[in-house]
Amino acid sequence: MTGFVWWLRDSWEMVKRNLIHIRRTPELLLDVTLSPIMFVLLFSFVFGGAINVGSEGGEEASYINFLMAGIFVQTVAFAGIYTGVLLANDLQKGMIDRFRSLPMSQSAVLTGRTVTDLMRATLAVAIMWIVGMLVGFRPEGGLVGNFAAVGIMLLFGFALSWVGVAMGALVRTPEALQGIMFAVVFPLTFVSSAFVPTETMPNWMRIFAENQPMTHVVNAVRDLTLGTDLYAAELPSVIWSVAFLAAFFPLGLWLYRRRTTQ
Amino acid sequence: MIEAVGLHKSFGDTHALAGLDLDVAEGTILGVLGPNGAGKTTAVRVLTTLTRPDAGHATVAGIDVLRHPSEVRAKIGVAGQYAALDELLTGRENLRMVGRLYRVSTSDVRRRADELLERFELTDAADRTVKTYSGGMRRRLDLGAALMAQPPVIFLDEPTTGLDPKGRLSMWDLIAGLARSGTTVLMTTQYLEEADQLADDIVVIDHGRVIARGSADDLKRQVGGERLEITISDAPWLDMARTVLEAFGEGPARVHEEERRVSVAVASHDGVLTRAIRELDAAGVHVDDIGFRRPTLDEVFLSLTGRGVVEPAEVEA
Repeated sequence: MTGFVWWLRDSWEMVKRNLIHIRRTPELLLDVTLSPIMFVLLFSFVFGGAINVGSEGGEEASYINFLMAGIFVQTVAFAGIYTGVLLANDLQKGMIDRFRSLPMSQSAVLTGRTVTDLMRATLAVAIMWIVGMLVGFRPEGGLVGNFAAVGIMLLFGFALSWVGVAMGALVRTPEALQGIMFAVVFPLTFVSSAFVPTETMPNWMRIFAENQPMTHVVNAVRDLTLGTDLYAAELPSVIWSVAFLAAFFPLGLWLYRRRTTQ
Repeated sequence: MIEAVGLHKSFGDTHALAGLDLDVAEGTILGVLGPNGAGKTTAVRVLTTLTRPDAGHATVAGIDVLRHPSEVRAKIGVAGQYAALDELLTGRENLRMVGRLYRVSTSDVRRRADELLERFELTDAADRTVKTYSGGMRRRLDLGAALMAQPPVIFLDEPTTGLDPKGRLSMWDLIAGLARSGTTVLMTTQYLEEADQLADDIVVIDHGRVIARGSADDLKRQVGGERLEITISDAPWLDMARTVLEAFGEGPARVHEEERRVSVAVASHDGVLTRAIRELDAAGVHVDDIGFRRPTLDEVFLSLTGRGVVEPAEVEA
């Protein structure tokens, strides 16, 4: 068999291992089930009435329709970086040494991890979509637009998984990364178009907010799910994700190798 | 089967390996003996492709470790001090996963996993998660994982450290069985008794290099021949006992005050025992125990390095 087929098989083996972990410790799924539900409900009911997101044909636009894109992207971003926490966890245990001493594809350990986390993110998106619809989310992007939106957010989450891999290989403990994750991802989501229109931010913040990747992805998802400005805002978001992948896939692999060959 | 020449590895200012040479013949067990921090684990990590040495050269099963690490990995099994297992997988799942990653065919993986579980007395626990296993069970499963692809070379890094005596004996049985079936084994240990029991050859390493090598008997000869050893009833008589023994021993006597033990090297057995008992009795020393003893590997290590392997109190255990 060729190297590529082995790489696929080894990666699948790693995915199976991660799925068994989830089956045996279902609380590993809380961050992609309970937290997103909570966010949808909190934001729509607590802020929904107070935040004005502009008007639509004379009527005030629905906040839940505006909000969902932000919640989607925040959740997949957290799930992506969380890959690093799970990897750091693994790195503290002896199992990685076993993998390193086996004639398997070494990058399969990482692709297995990121692919599993892509599955976790997909589950989170599905749950949020349903809960969102229950509280008034009315996506109008049509089949193609909605699927494109899901594709764009999952691509972004997958790209951030590799950022997570790089960070996970750098930190000494998973707890450390958890701290960094909240300190970086939270401000990035809030200083973006995720929850509020950027127009009301102070000028300096607005310049940052409108040009950072999170905003591009949120805008693309929002436009696609709401059927406005179809396909106009997609390109920058895809470019950001591909750029993250291109930079952090090799970097993550390299850092992982360096960490495990000491 | 395993050959290492001039391995060097430093971590900052620490020289874990400082020109280590090793050579293990096919189907034999080499015991690598040394205290904590001697470089044993680093040596194993280099030979199992987990760590790149700063200098030196090594081959395993004829394959260059540095140039073809993944080919080496297909020929080796590794089991260590910290069992490399997945806690959330069952014993059987662990073995099967490792087997598949060794690229053993699916039907062989199932058969082999069942065989190993049986042989290592883990059949009853096979479908429980490793989390619930005792230390001894983990080590056995870890060794089982190393054997999934029936590799010709096995590395064991302190396979019994931290195990209770029962667990240790059962590991010893399994390791001895490996060598009988033709597997080449490199085993590190800080237990002299373990190397003595299992290894065909022993190398003693300290500060990252080999300071002695040979069979257990060779090493014991290096320290000197047999000793006459007595244990007396009352500590105040230790000096008297020493004077009596030194009269017919070779060289100075060694005294272990806490255990009220005195020993002296002797050239031969002839009449020594009776004479010693008679003279000690005449001097009024009450003897609890008397006998000839060959040096232990602890003493070998002590004489080679000037310090014991473990706490002094445990050395004679």
